[in-house]
Amino acid sequence: MEIYDLTAHELSRLLKAREISAAELTEAVLERVDEVEPAVRAYVTVTREEALAAARRVDEARARGEDLGPLAGIPMAVKDNMCTRTVRTTCSSRILENFIPPYDATVVERLAAAGTVMIGKTNLDEFAMGSSTENSAFFTTRNPWDLERVPGGSSGGSAAAVAAGEAVFSLGSDTGGSIRQPASLCSVVGLKPTYGRVSRFGLVAFASSLDQIGPLTKDVTDCALVMNVISGWDKMDSTSAPVEVPDFTQFLGREVRGLKIGLPREFFAEGIDREVKEIILTAVRVLEGLGAVVEETSLPHSDYSLPVYYILAPAEASSNLARFDGVRYGLRVDAPDLISMYGQTRSRGFGAEVRRRIIIGTYALSSGYYDAYYKKAQQVRTLIKQDFDRAFEKYDVLITPTSPTPAFKIGEKADNPIQMYLSDICTIPVNLAGIPGLSIPCGFTAEGLPVGMQLLGKPFAEGTLLQVAYAYEQSTDHHKKRPPLAGAAGGERHA
Amino acid sequence: MRKEDLETVIGLEVHVELATKSKIFCSCSTEFGAPPNTHVCPICLGLPGVLPVLNKKALEYAVRAALALNCEIAPFSKFDRKNYFYPDLPKAYQISQYDQPLAYGGYVDIEVNGEKRRIRIKRVHLEEDAGKLLHAGDDIAGAATSLVDFNRSGVPLIEIVSEPDIRSPEEARLYLMKLKTILEYLGVSDCKMEEGSLRCDANLSVRPRGAKELGTKTEIKNMNSFRAVFKGLEYEERRQKEALAAGEEIVQETRHWDENRSVTVSMRGKEEAHDYRYFPDPDLVPLIIDRAWVEEIRRSLPELPDARRERFQREYGLPAYDAEVLTASRTLADFYDECVRLFPDPKAVSNFVMSEVLRLLNAEGKDIVDTPLTPQHLAKLLGLVKEGTISGKIAKDVFEEVFKTGRDPAEIVKERGLVQISDEGELARIVDEVLAANPAVVADYRGGKEKAFTFLVGQVMKATRGKANPALVNKLLKEKLS
Repeated sequence: MEIYDLTAHELSRLLKAREISAAELTEAVLERVDEVEPAVRAYVTVTREEALAAARRVDEARARGEDLGPLAGIPMAVKDNMCTRTVRTTCSSRILENFIPPYDATVVERLAAAGTVMIGKTNLDEFAMGSSTENSAFFTTRNPWDLERVPGGSSGGSAAAVAAGEAVFSLGSDTGGSIRQPASLCSVVGLKPTYGRVSRFGLVAFASSLDQIGPLTKDVTDCALVMNVISGWDKMDSTSAPVEVPDFTQFLGREVRGLKIGLPREFFAEGIDREVKEIILTAVRVLEGLGAVVEETSLPHSDYSLPVYYILAPAEASSNLARFDGVRYGLRVDAPDLISMYGQTRSRGFGAEVRRRIIIGTYALSSGYYDAYYKKAQQVRTLIKQDFDRAFEKYDVLITPTSPTPAFKIGEKADNPIQMYLSDICTIPVNLAGIPGLSIPCGFTAEGLPVGMQLLGKPFAEGTLLQVAYAYEQSTDHHKKRPPLAGAAGGERHA
Repeated sequence: MRKEDLETVIGLEVHVELATKSKIFCSCSTEFGAPPNTHVCPICLGLPGVLPVLNKKALEYAVRAALALNCEIAPFSKFDRKNYFYPDLPKAYQISQYDQPLAYGGYVDIEVNGEKRRIRIKRVHLEEDAGKLLHAGDDIAGAATSLVDFNRSGVPLIEIVSEPDIRSPEEARLYLMKLKTILEYLGVSDCKMEEGSLRCDANLSVRPRGAKELGTKTEIKNMNSFRAVFKGLEYEERRQKEALAAGEEIVQETRHWDENRSVTVSMRGKEEAHDYRYFPDPDLVPLIIDRAWVEEIRRSLPELPDARRERFQREYGLPAYDAEVLTASRTLADFYDECVRLFPDPKAVSNFVMSEVLRLLNAEGKDIVDTPLTPQHLAKLLGLVKEGTISGKIAKDVFEEVFKTGRDPAEIVKERGLVQISDEGELARIVDEVLAANPAVVADYRGGKEKAFTFLVGQVMKATRGKANPALVNKLLKEKLS
């Protein structure tokens, strides 16, 4: 196995034992980036020099005998919608192509304080709107398991980078499935924490009441380690929760015997790929074998999730994205008067999907339509949340597929927004309810495409999700497989 | 319809900047007049990714103001986004409160021609201010370039909305003055219209006297002084009444007060009105206000202008007019209270403050606390008059110097040799000299010309450089001329 194939906790041991330096590790990952990036295209910006300098600082600190955390010296990547001081933050949009923030997002600050080494900023669907990275204004990221296919989205760059060994872990953001769906399509672990668990300060907002930052990692242990660093109340974010943060690694290794698992039937119905469904049910039987009690259940308002989401998320987006007006930063198209400057800047700066959602959202909030759309959607959102509340009175964890299908071909759904929106049918209700959701690799289709299983928990019960995911992971070896990329040792292992 | 049969109906929307040290959603300073864009940060510049966090002091000030305006504080309220594009609005939305304001249902009492009128307050809500545009030209359309200063962006504001209870431009002016006085008493705002820390928009309509329904209203903006509010409303009232008298219809629109031409001009009609697409701001949690905290704030409210005015009349026996003038600003009323404590002759203090102190304050356009004058000074000065050391006239001269320099009045009197001449022998000698030097005037007086007496008093004063005890001079002259 190559260095870039190792997990953070494995590398942490090597770094502590001084079998490798952070600088050497960073060089190795940067070499891997050089090797596979032309094919994968996960990064919008690679911060080579800054990464090497940060790695050397970790080595110096270690040489001084400083007490370093488990992620010190670990190369990682950040989705390009989180602000990084001095490093451009584009949201994969023309309108912010050259925007360099004067401040760091809270998560970036916390990861830097933990000694992690940022390799670069990863590609996404423009402003996190999409499920394939095809909406990036710059280029489409490819799925390392099949370069003809999408990596999922919107955190496609973050998922592909981890799957391809171009980063040991990464951060994504998830508004309707944007961490979990690409994690599923790229065979990595992806966690959307409870709304309020991780500070959103510095995350360029798409839909503020749904957005949440979370990790994409090679295994469950790494997920717990990253959560330990990024979680917790932040005085800069009024919506971050003043809830105590446990040491998430303490949940790893706890048995699942007697744990009650519900399978909501609406998530195994029409529209879910037969092969995907079979793989999930096989995975569920593994947990059953470990002593978990599995039952079928129901979340009756699930059908309304997609329409509710496609009112609320665009409504918030139409307001959040209004600040990109060409006045203070980002793209400005000069025009003879103010109104044309606004119009031309925003027409030229935003891609088609972003414009579509701004128009939908503006419409939904307009006087005379507010009650019928926005207000009604909020009411249905409450019903959807109550479905989950009721289910969690009975069950510790719910299990569903993460994505209704495995990775689709690039271009396959690009011209059909509704088909594309359906990619998130299993993940969207989770954001509406604000609960945590984790996607864990649980097998491959006959074509060799990864499939992810989604575990859902009560608010702030990320620990339970990690407990179940770890138990499953330790009983299987899907997480050890690496995609068959040119020059990749992992490719042979998979074949 | 004759103009005389029409009644004016006015409602005011007043924006007041709160005098907190930092902005409403970030920690930048609110200082006025700093170099452009020096009190800014990623948050008040609306950079991508930033989030607002409410300044508790701003909330406290807003609650103070609302309580002083006799409002109910809503146990649950929330912030909403008011969406519109403008270069001084960095997020392209203003964080404000829409359908669930912080406070509602208050009132302010004003006195119009000696009669009390109650103006009801519909609501008080909290919001953020926008930045300021500077155009190289008349306006944004005609300007070659426009510059933006974001120092003001995020300064906390309260908006105070009255019910349509105001019946004349004069009532509007009185209401606004009263609001200003109350807010100044509370210390929550400096209420300077010229610096924009108090701004006023008005809705005005007219209707047949006695009618129940409101007429079609216009909204008047850009009235940037108390005088402008009065003049602007007076103009608009006349315009609407004349239009109706001429059988025309009033068009619902927003009108702009043009100070230079003293007219209101149409800015935009109803069709062009913005759709602000209000919705709850998902970046802020709802405001759930603790009752105990509200009561604590209520207990900490200072004595307000109405209560103080009544006390001044009751406790000090002042006429209503004096009490009104002395309580028009908290600092002046504090000054007066303290003077009376040190020199317990309320009427004497009131007379001096109302004449001399206010004359100099008005001449210099200053507040009492911005001068070196203290209550101790004034009490001492009045003491010198009372004990006969100086005359009332000399006291005025001495006061001018105290007001300018803050020096001790007794020292000034001593240094300038201003002690009053009350020695009867010395004054009698001077009176004799004056009479001897003015035989013609003396003859006039004896011939019945009363005015001649005043001239002779003046001559004695002149000879003593004003130091002669006036009562004694009168007495001596009368004796010697009889």
